[in-house]
Amino acid sequence: MSHRLSKGGLLIDRSQPVSFTFNGKPFRGFQGDTLASALLGQDQMLMGRSFKYHRPRGVVASGAEEPNALMGLGEAKTFEPNARATTTELFEGLKAQSQNHWPSLNFDIGAVNAKLSKFLPAGFYYKMFLWPRSFWKHVYEPIIRESAGLGKAPRHRDADHYEHFNVTTDVLVIGGGIAGLAAAHAAAKSGAQVLLVEQSSYWGGRALVDGGKIDGREPTDWVHDTVMDLLAMPNVDLIQRCMGAGVYDHGYALLNERLTDHEPKSDGPRHRLWRVRAAQIVTATGAIERPLSFAGNDLPGVMLASAVRDYVENFAVAPGQRTVVVTNNDDAYRTALMLKAAGLDVPAVLDAREDVDAPLAEEAIAAGIRVMTGHGIASVTGKGRVQVVQACKQDSDGSVTKAIEADCVAMSGGWSPVVHLWSHAGGKLVWDDNDAHFRPDSDRAPKGAAGEDFVRAAGTANGAMTTRETLIDAHRTGVAAARALGYESATDVPEVDPEIRHPTAAIWLMPEAAPYAKRAKSWLDFQNDVKVSDVELAAQEGYESVEHTKRYTTLGMATDQGKLSNINGLAVLSKELGVPIPSVGTTTFRPPYTPITLGAIAGEAQGDLFQPVRKTPMHDWHDANGAHWEPVGQWRRPYAFVKPGEKVHDAVMREVNATRKGVGLLDASTLGKLIVKGPDAGKFLDMLYTNMMSTLKPGRCRYGLMCSENGFLSDDGVVARLDEDTWLCHTTSGGADHIHGVMEEWLQTEWWDWKVYVANVTEQYAQIGVVGPKAREVLETLGGTLDVSKEALPFMGWATGTLGDISVRAFRISFSGELSYEIAVPASQGQALWDKLVEAGRDHGITPYGTEALHIMRAEKGFIMIGDETDGTVIPQDLGLHWAISKKKDDFLGKRAQERDHMTDPLRWKLVGLETVDGSVLPDGAYAVAEGLNANGQRKTQGRVTSSYHSPTLGRGIAMGLVERGPDRMGEVLLFPDLNGASFEAKIVDPVFYDPDGEKQNV
Amino acid sequence: MSDGVTSVSGAVFEGRILVEDAGLVGMITLRADLGHSFVKKALKAVKLAMPEDGFSTGGLDAGVLWMSPDELLILCAYQDADALVEKLTKALKDVHALVVNVSDARTVLRLSGEGAAIRETLAKLSPADLRVNALPTGRVRRTRLAQVAAAFWFTGEDEAVVVAFRSVGDYVFRLVSTAAEEGSGVGYF
Repeated sequence: MSHRLSKGGLLIDRSQPVSFTFNGKPFRGFQGDTLASALLGQDQMLMGRSFKYHRPRGVVASGAEEPNALMGLGEAKTFEPNARATTTELFEGLKAQSQNHWPSLNFDIGAVNAKLSKFLPAGFYYKMFLWPRSFWKHVYEPIIRESAGLGKAPRHRDADHYEHFNVTTDVLVIGGGIAGLAAAHAAAKSGAQVLLVEQSSYWGGRALVDGGKIDGREPTDWVHDTVMDLLAMPNVDLIQRCMGAGVYDHGYALLNERLTDHEPKSDGPRHRLWRVRAAQIVTATGAIERPLSFAGNDLPGVMLASAVRDYVENFAVAPGQRTVVVTNNDDAYRTALMLKAAGLDVPAVLDAREDVDAPLAEEAIAAGIRVMTGHGIASVTGKGRVQVVQACKQDSDGSVTKAIEADCVAMSGGWSPVVHLWSHAGGKLVWDDNDAHFRPDSDRAPKGAAGEDFVRAAGTANGAMTTRETLIDAHRTGVAAARALGYESATDVPEVDPEIRHPTAAIWLMPEAAPYAKRAKSWLDFQNDVKVSDVELAAQEGYESVEHTKRYTTLGMATDQGKLSNINGLAVLSKELGVPIPSVGTTTFRPPYTPITLGAIAGEAQGDLFQPVRKTPMHDWHDANGAHWEPVGQWRRPYAFVKPGEKVHDAVMREVNATRKGVGLLDASTLGKLIVKGPDAGKFLDMLYTNMMSTLKPGRCRYGLMCSENGFLSDDGVVARLDEDTWLCHTTSGGADHIHGVMEEWLQTEWWDWKVYVANVTEQYAQIGVVGPKAREVLETLGGTLDVSKEALPFMGWATGTLGDISVRAFRISFSGELSYEIAVPASQGQALWDKLVEAGRDHGITPYGTEALHIMRAEKGFIMIGDETDGTVIPQDLGLHWAISKKKDDFLGKRAQERDHMTDPLRWKLVGLETVDGSVLPDGAYAVAEGLNANGQRKTQGRVTSSYHSPTLGRGIAMGLVERGPDRMGEVLLFPDLNGASFEAKIVDPVFYDPDGEKQNV
Repeated sequence: MSDGVTSVSGAVFEGRILVEDAGLVGMITLRADLGHSFVKKALKAVKLAMPEDGFSTGGLDAGVLWMSPDELLILCAYQDADALVEKLTKALKDVHALVVNVSDARTVLRLSGEGAAIRETLAKLSPADLRVNALPTGRVRRTRLAQVAAAFWFTGEDEAVVVAFRSVGDYVFRLVSTAAEEGSGVGYF
């Protein structure tokens, strides 16, 4: 049984006991424990159930690579699924739950899956979903979703908050083991600015456990001294609990710092996502020990040999009383020696290698440990946990040579450098036969913009497997990173005695000739339940690419992204395919290294900072006066001003009627406003607009259309000429920034020698439409120098002056067909003018109106709306706007495109008005059907509705639409089916429903 | 003329730093060939100095910000902006130039407190390099704050100015305030 030892524990503080619960039961641990070590300390070996077969699972590892011990932490607003117990620091009151069990961890109905495992082979999902089709949705998916899956998604809004932090630095060192410390130290002493981050809460990494002497000191002392030295340097920052998540082009890296996970009551953000721009990145990310593939290797109690050491040394927790060590390399002997020294039994070390000539093995023998070379494990058996280890010869089919009673197995399949971050931005790998692993190929490092290496691996992450090699490599790397930035080295390599090692044997299956029954119990991917037999089956079924095999078997696709399983899996694949491992290659390493919560990615963008809302100067007034909001680009505009007790539709009808009969007030501030000035401005605008702008007289306005180079209508608006070489171009609300960009692009790329400057003054002005037959009376009430008479300010003219005491520029333009003034005023005066207008118009029943009333009134007039009548495939000619397309100009954007035969095809769908026979409202977007079916067996169509409203002015439904040869077919009745099976009959009519001669706007 | 109102109407936030509405500031966009001697002369005539590329001269009450190789943003008292536009336009009538009053298009916030805390606050929202050597007093950065465009510069060791578009003024105010909340210090700068 696993238990707490009476003394020791580098990371725990026995004077500070901590209480927590697991599946509702009370547990105790110590300050400094992880959730995993605290559970093991009280013999809670069983920590979860597997994904597919619901097999009982215990903790395998002691760090970020853990596949099994995933927990749901917290509850309600602070619930988080899939937390690794091995990296969860214990705190008082922590609540943890195991996952993927039903109804309980100890008794799981889903475990029956295990008995059905032969029906859940590799590629199960693909095979299952082939047939029958109707079963997908109604049978397979609900059942699979219920039985498979890891943690549950949180059901509540996250109570925590998060933030981003951007830094630029010279050298980023990821990993705070001795390699990271040495590299950071070397770089910093050279003078470079250094940011060193470590994912755990302590410095030193494996060196604390795995011993050796550095510069004649114990590793803990060397680590302490080095950290102190670094802290004293002003050019160094050290961050703990900060995981290197991803490395990207241009020296960009993402780090995730966990600030309050270990003390959730504290202030401030929970996580901080660091967005680092580093000139040089050093990955000192260490290595991960590989499991061995033998039957029963997933039983609780089978652990990585290094993890067993960690639990004993760091937390004073013994995973078992009797531990069998099984290995293909020297390193696992450290575990045997440490357990022995702690007074625990080690009945045998099973070393798969035949002849072992290693000092560590000799030490083990000298300590009285039985070492069985050429041996492996045939199977591990036990009910829910390790009870018996069946030893066998490695080169056999698994005939048992000895049955050993044990409650723990410490396995080591060798070490794989953590090459994830090296690989993210394109670093290549090389296969190392001596240590049977992939390591970074320093000749093919990720390259920066100038072709320089910008990522360097250091220490064990670079394949250095002893303390001495690690420190030499890390020092060299730190120096090189600083030198690449022009800093010269000023430090020496720490001194460490050399170490003699016996090469690691490439053991991918134990025993070598294990029969199918054993291979089907030899786990590769613990989290996704993928076994040796699954990868073999995939290979037999023709999967040759490692990427395809991964997806077919789901190997390495769980939340751990195959940290333990990838190399073992591709080795099995390579053997089955009969090609060397380097030719099979690895799957792609993608960020993040370990999962990051979505909250950290969102950063501050939650709640009322989720998205910026652009507000006009009168926004607050609208909000206080019943505005029913509508998003228009990033803006919010009032759709209608709804009075208490009123329905939105009724408000819209009221607003239209009040404006048509009296006077309405519109906040038009969102309209884009671009100043275009220069000797060539007229020429420039003649190229941008389809009509002639250079001939516009100062003081006058003209409606204009803009097209893309492909001829399609992209924006429209009124242009006013301010003076001899200055124009003011109004764009659509959503188009201001885009059109500004288009103008700058043409000026900076094609017409760079034209003398034109553009300024976007959209936000400089509040713009208020005063609209309706009584508009002039209202303005006259205000007084001031602005003469609003027909003579002084005629239709399509503009003038400046004061209204009341406010300086304004007024445009006589109309999008409603009524007498209309659009009044521009500096934004800070917008609310003041609005208030004055509301006051002045009170006796005339002045009515603020929203976008829907605006839309109805323009549709009654047959005015098009960009985005309704246009969709990127419509040219002005389709909309009957020939009058706004200059015939005199040699060129304008879109001109040549509009001359192509498809654009001049008489069968193009063109703008018409549509009037339902019964006066009802056509569904927006409805299609007019034609006779017959198209090649896909669908009903042919001959037109569609682009805008449709109930017109209170006409008392009936009105619509605009694009219809094949529409203008030639006046009076024809078309059939528009809706989505509910009903149909509407509508007559083709002129699109101008109201005041076709424009008498009302020109008074 | 009514008293003009800013988008955040005098808002103040006190956290790790002080965030304040700087009120209405006169702002003039000047686009021209900045190397042209007339431009320098025109600035000098109104007692303003041409900044080096990427920098600013003067202060909020009378200053010049370098915005791009052919654009300056001139700062002045709000009520003086129209007159200054007129003067500059006249001075530049013989060169190709655009001078336009944009005083109402923006929101201006003043950030004060410990310099390092101001830098941290901005670094939570902007990808700009906020190290002192990269952004010394007077250097202007056009960048973004979270999801919107913005510019900022340090007017002294312990004071910075943030400029954003008016329509997102209250978003920016709340952003900066959130980033400056007590308990969220990084200790980096």
